[in-house]
Amino acid sequence: MTTLALRRPTAPLPAVAGTAAALWLVAWLVEAPAADWLTFTVLGLGRDSHLGEATAFFLEDLPKVLLLLTGIVTVVTLIRGFFPPERIRPMLAGRGLVPGSFAAAGLGVVTPFCSCSAVPLFIGFVEAGVPLGVTFAFLISSPMVNEVALVMLWGLFGPGIALAYMAAGLTVAIVGGLVIGRLRLERYVEDYVWELAGRPSTAIAVHLTWSDRLGDAWSYTRTLVRKLLPYLLIGIGLGALIHGYAPTDLIASIGGRSNPLAVPLVVLLAVPMYSNAAGTIPIVQALLGKGLPLGTTLAFMMAVTAISLPEFVILRRVIKLPLLAVFIGVVSTGIVAIGFLFNAITG
Amino acid sequence: MRTIEVLGSGCPNCRRLEANAREAVVMAGVEAEVRHVTDPREIVGRGVMSTPGLVIDGKVVSTGRIPSAGDIAVWLSQS
Repeated sequence: MTTLALRRPTAPLPAVAGTAAALWLVAWLVEAPAADWLTFTVLGLGRDSHLGEATAFFLEDLPKVLLLLTGIVTVVTLIRGFFPPERIRPMLAGRGLVPGSFAAAGLGVVTPFCSCSAVPLFIGFVEAGVPLGVTFAFLISSPMVNEVALVMLWGLFGPGIALAYMAAGLTVAIVGGLVIGRLRLERYVEDYVWELAGRPSTAIAVHLTWSDRLGDAWSYTRTLVRKLLPYLLIGIGLGALIHGYAPTDLIASIGGRSNPLAVPLVVLLAVPMYSNAAGTIPIVQALLGKGLPLGTTLAFMMAVTAISLPEFVILRRVIKLPLLAVFIGVVSTGIVAIGFLFNAITG
Repeated sequence: MRTIEVLGSGCPNCRRLEANAREAVVMAGVEAEVRHVTDPREIVGRGVMSTPGLVIDGKVVSTGRIPSAGDIAVWLSQS
């Protein structure tokens, strides 16, 4: 009886999900014309003026990014719920370095990752006998190549850039895993971690209903959007200013192909910045639109998501400084190399 | 006396889960001790890799998510 009394009353699940999807679609279809109408008819700004262009960009982009973010993050979180690390660990244990690194990089795309879980994840992998290189392939790929970034890139710039980003991220993760594996750095893992290795790992199975899963996805999305909103406002605001005012020549001359230091520079610039991949997209969009080459732009985005000081501090609890340094070195070198490569290909 | 353990490194999500667990104890009207496990070795020892995890009477009931106080109360009153 108590069980029944404690259950919350809920509307039928398909009805709620269907209504939400329909509302989303309507908003998606009307937002661009609405922004146009608001800027040029209601506010009466000139179509060729700097202010008009900047305002239209802001009013059109903010709802567009918010809609993409809400819709995509909800769907993606729902999918990710089916691939918890507890389930993918057995798939990686007992594989060799090469097949393992490929598998880990790929699985890193669909697995949810939160830097606060990095330590238990690392220990759990080592404990189950996942090779060190394979573990790092996963740690590189999971935050960097996440499907939120992919779908957002796809929605805003088309499939070419999205696939290029994914290929680049997977390459950095696989090569990084292989290098760390070949260097035989096992001695730089904290000793207490090895004491746990080989211990029989506990398998757990937790059952979730669709209502749990949808509820989780929606509450995660709400939290994320609320957290990202100030950054989005600043990002899109900056984007609007760049779009309306910054002369194309300026950005192209600082960040352009003719400046060989541009790629390492943006990677350095990204170290203190830490953001979810999705949060960087408005800035990326504005920079690309103003002539920053593709390679430099992708390098910036990868660096913001993969090179994060807080995550390094957390990882220091399980690995010693030399290994941490190799990890940071491999990832940064990989990102810079990818940046140069894409600039060369698209140039 | 029931035992509830919240597994997590003390991140905001883990603190939210702990608050929900305490609320659930009141809702379900049971006697229970709520403990916060932060040692990653112990967390992994329970088979949990995505935090926060929730353990009731030694059994892992949820990982990587924050169940509501209502859900936890249902689990508490079930067994």
